Amino acid sequence: MAAPKHSLDWEAISLCLVFGALAAVAILFLVGPTLIMLLTSFTPSQSLKFPPDGLSLRWYVALLDADQMQAAAWNSLVVAFWTTVFSVVLGTAAALGIARNRSVLARACDVLFMSPLLLPALAFGFAALIFIHKLGFAPSIPFLVLGHIVVCVPFVLRTTIAALSQLDPALLDASYSLGGGRLMTFRRVTLPLIAPGLAAGAFLAFMASFDNVPVSLFLADERTEVLPIHLWQQIETNLDVRTAAVSGLIVIFTLILMLLAERLAGLTRQMR
Amino acid sequence: MNSNQSPLVLPLAALFVAFFVAPLIVLLALSLTADTAAWTAANYVKFFTDRFNYSILWDTLFLGLKATLVCLVFGYPIAWICARASARWQSVLIFLVILPVLTSVVVRTFAWIVILGRQGILNQVALGIGLTREPLRLLYSEPGVIMVLAQVQMPLMVLPILTVLTKLDPNLADASHVLGAGEWRTLWRVTLPLSLPGVIAGCILTYSACVTAFVTQTLIGGARLIYMPLNIYQQAIGANNWPFAAAISVIFMVAVLAVVALLAMMGRRSESYGGA
Repeated sequence: MAAPKHSLDWEAISLCLVFGALAAVAILFLVGPTLIMLLTSFTPSQSLKFPPDGLSLRWYVALLDADQMQAAAWNSLVVAFWTTVFSVVLGTAAALGIARNRSVLARACDVLFMSPLLLPALAFGFAALIFIHKLGFAPSIPFLVLGHIVVCVPFVLRTTIAALSQLDPALLDASYSLGGGRLMTFRRVTLPLIAPGLAAGAFLAFMASFDNVPVSLFLADERTEVLPIHLWQQIETNLDVRTAAVSGLIVIFTLILMLLAERLAGLTRQMR
Repeated sequence: MNSNQSPLVLPLAALFVAFFVAPLIVLLALSLTADTAAWTAANYVKFFTDRFNYSILWDTLFLGLKATLVCLVFGYPIAWICARASARWQSVLIFLVILPVLTSVVVRTFAWIVILGRQGILNQVALGIGLTREPLRLLYSEPGVIMVLAQVQMPLMVLPILTVLTKLDPNLADASHVLGAGEWRTLWRVTLPLSLPGVIAGCILTYSACVTAFVTQTLIGGARLIYMPLNIYQQAIGANNWPFAAAISVIFMVAVLAVVALLAMMGRRSESYGGA
């Protein structure tokens, strides 16, 4: 810092104050609603009031009888699981082909695979519905998984390509020159080094699928209803306190998964 | 060695052609049909001659713009402070920023209903301190939708800016100080221009997420505030008019891509800024 040290640097102070205040408001704004939601879900009364009159697990216990909610949650978990498995396998393979590859075709593939993040997902969901309808199929879990892979695979690609581009090619050359085959090199050198990026991508893909509405809205029907759609309908029609309890569960579940991802894969380092 | 690995792209490319490109082509084809078998632009004519429809498009594109601006005003300071924090605090801050983006959108939007409703916290406070006599109508209003969209999508703005800011050479800011520029001037003339690529990337991601945020738009906006995603949904599922819904989808996609392309062009120009 070259500012004269003996006098106070008002400009530096004012900048820190303004930016600090804006950031503090923003952080409060980001975290507050989730906390309020979590506290409200422990209310003993019939209405969603904050602050709650007391703390009780009444509505969490009520979830044990909520069959539809449980079925929807199970569908969501199944779809998110398969979406993650396929996204990781297909995404890692594609990332290996794209990373450090400067050919026009590889660039084009990169743009194509990332485009679901920019296109309105709802329009894609509707297009997928028309498509499977024209082919003579009805919406089902496999099609739902296919639709989810398209919108979730960009997360795996992004973190995996980033991890691959930080990989020192000399390590691969060393493995080859020591007689390691391609499969061996991938398994013993590449995979361990990109594992954190891959794990972070898998986590993001899982959460994106579990949370997806625009695609599920068109590709899920009554039998294959998923949790976000069920919750959305519940909130639109009757504000049931059980919805708050499910939301509370989702928040806790997300927090635990995030802490795990941070511990195992250094999630926050991958997001930078 | 890389050329040997190129075939690994094929499985995902095949999936995308079969289940991403093909559906979009079918969507486009369907939008160009009507009851008659022949190709027709009737659906597009219908959209652009109906004031109700094109005002929805306009409202949606503007909604995205406003929400993106709010994200930028609050998101940039978070990224700026994050980039200056110690490694430990940086992790904590990033954790707080991505916590909401990973919590289900439905849950986050639901939390806002508890806050903004007639008996919500904001109204209790406003009534309590005598700011208003009647409960304010915050739900089902555009400012409400913008506020919630900004909260829900803010992380998409913060992360790309943070990436660029942490890569900036700190010597540049020091040089600016040595040459006599104060903190504000350094921010305005050095840091901000150099971080423009991150700002643009953040704006693109935030914008495309905000315009298509069906859950937030419907739950906070209610039935009276209609934006493009709800319009598509109502035409497709409610009115069962698939060709018209397809045309609206195509128009919406083209409009969003046009805005994204414009931002990307600005981004490419901003990248040459530092090198000049």
